[in-house]
Amino acid sequence: MSEQKKQRPVTRMVPVQSKAIVPERDADKSPILECHHLGIDFGGLTAVNDFNLMVGRTEIAGLIGPNGAGKTTIFNLLTKVYQPTRGSILLDGADTSKMTTEQVNRAGIARTFQNIRLFNNLSVEDNVKLGLHNHIGYGMWGGVFRLPKYWKEEAHAHDSAMELLKIFDMEHLANAQAGSLPYGAQRRLEIVRALATNPSLLLLDEPAAGMNPSETAELMDNIVRIRDLFQIAVMLIEHDMNLVMGICEGICVLNFGQVIAKGSPDEIKSNPVVIEAYLGKKDKKKKKKEANDG
Amino acid sequence: MKKLNLTKTSRNNFLTYGFVILFYIVLQSIAAGGHMSSMLKGQLVPICAYVVMAISLNLTVGVLGELSLGHAGFMSVGAFMGTTTAIALKSVVASPTLRLICALIVGAIFAGIVGFLVGIPVLRLNGDYLAIVTLAFGEIIKSIFNNLYLGLDSHGFHMSLLDNKLHMEPEGKLIIGGPMGIGGIQKIANFTVGFGLIMVCLIVIFNLVNSRAGRAIMAIRDNRIAAESVGIPITKYKMMAFVTSAAMAGAAGALFALNFSTFVANKFDFNTSILVLVFVVLGGLGNMLGSIVAAAALTILPEALRQFASYRMLVYAIVLILVMLIRNNPTIRSFFDRFRLSKKGGAEE
Repeated sequence: MSEQKKQRPVTRMVPVQSKAIVPERDADKSPILECHHLGIDFGGLTAVNDFNLMVGRTEIAGLIGPNGAGKTTIFNLLTKVYQPTRGSILLDGADTSKMTTEQVNRAGIARTFQNIRLFNNLSVEDNVKLGLHNHIGYGMWGGVFRLPKYWKEEAHAHDSAMELLKIFDMEHLANAQAGSLPYGAQRRLEIVRALATNPSLLLLDEPAAGMNPSETAELMDNIVRIRDLFQIAVMLIEHDMNLVMGICEGICVLNFGQVIAKGSPDEIKSNPVVIEAYLGKKDKKKKKKEANDG
Repeated sequence: MKKLNLTKTSRNNFLTYGFVILFYIVLQSIAAGGHMSSMLKGQLVPICAYVVMAISLNLTVGVLGELSLGHAGFMSVGAFMGTTTAIALKSVVASPTLRLICALIVGAIFAGIVGFLVGIPVLRLNGDYLAIVTLAFGEIIKSIFNNLYLGLDSHGFHMSLLDNKLHMEPEGKLIIGGPMGIGGIQKIANFTVGFGLIMVCLIVIFNLVNSRAGRAIMAIRDNRIAAESVGIPITKYKMMAFVTSAAMAGAAGALFALNFSTFVANKFDFNTSILVLVFVVLGGLGNMLGSIVAAAALTILPEALRQFASYRMLVYAIVLILVMLIRNNPTIRSFFDRFRLSKKGGAEE
């Protein structure tokens, strides 16, 4: 087990040809995530209903929809912040219904948040080390008495943290306070922290929110690079259509808690139901306009 | 490895260790030279006990971020159990120092167990419930010890909540006498052991905070939802910090009690809890050196103000308000910040 831990960052960073993106490459493998008839009610309000989805082992999946469609609710269901009212979630074939948030993370789902949630008073390095928490192998007494294991594991955690920070060229910020970082760096740090937990599925909740076009382009490259380096599945919620259409291989469109369309970016772009959900019905508007004019 | 030792936090930690050691040496040399007033001499052990109380409460309030309003309850448990141990071991362990250390350990263990029991239901909840429950806990502990009778004879310990139900042999000795508290204590507490206890608690807290567990505890304080999302078991780490804090308060209670010939349960009431909380807030949340200075200064202050007689508490309150104002004055703060190690580290890079 310790052998595995030692090689963790090295062994997982296998370079893969990123140009050859074929969604079919995962076809012969079992999906990493399966949702069957997933639903949740808040009191009398059905926030999500009959949500079915499969995400491939190394797929970049997009979850889009108008505001209030239930996208973040689905992330909260997947990470067990909410317990689903109906349906099941299978992570790598294992049912997560009995798991808590913290257990789901250990089982392999890591996430970022729409409104950044960093450990603001701690250093950047400590934030990443907290992501590595379950991969550091000493307990309370090892820390209090500074046993040899403490020094070994901390030195190893330091190296792993630095290696992870290198992905986003953030190693020079390691000693800075996380709360004092500029906005873009905070978003990147949150992704690094999520990656440190060694997930097999990474959930990104609006990773490009508040970013300018050049930052978004950089982020797109980085998401693809992360997928290639770590060979993980990425699922993201995003309103920036350039990002979604640019890197997602499968897109799922939600409206009022219901899936209204699923497919490749090209299929989604030309789907009349999606256009209606985003822009409204053409005829209705025209009629209204005419009525107003008249 | 060497680079790890030079980080900002370790430097701050060594500054705290150095300050406590220096203070001990100075006070010991003054005492050895015979220049110490009897007032200060009598205050040395209580100062140590309150310093330990302050840093242990700072672990709960400053590091874990939960409010505890019943810290004196743990002090009380430690005081009664520690003193009982010291009395029971009187004929077994000859060395008073060794007996004192046994008392501190037993006090810490019992307070730790009580802390665990209190923590089981409360630490699962989010919000200010810990404050409410510990507030009630402090009062419950006070009532229990006010009604508890404990005797020792050749058959072992006898415990009852009624003094006539102890069924002791005639030569048996009553240790805890209900509202009379514990009397006839041999004053075995001394400044050196008190200093040792402060150092042990500081080492435990600093080592805990700068380890995997400490990071997890601070992560829960900073953002519970994010801590959960990276796979940190919240209740476990809350419990770890709270029990450690309670155990230290227990040891402090045993030290405090063994400095007096007699004490009662009412000594450890809500006012004591709030007093310790004042030390922590005044010294700064999460700032151990601040807690130590505040605890030492505010323990001496009421004694030093005896000459003002009836205006004593008024002056005490005014001093408190002034210190709070000065601490939060930006001009004065920036003046002092120049002398302090910069807190932000490499943030300006």
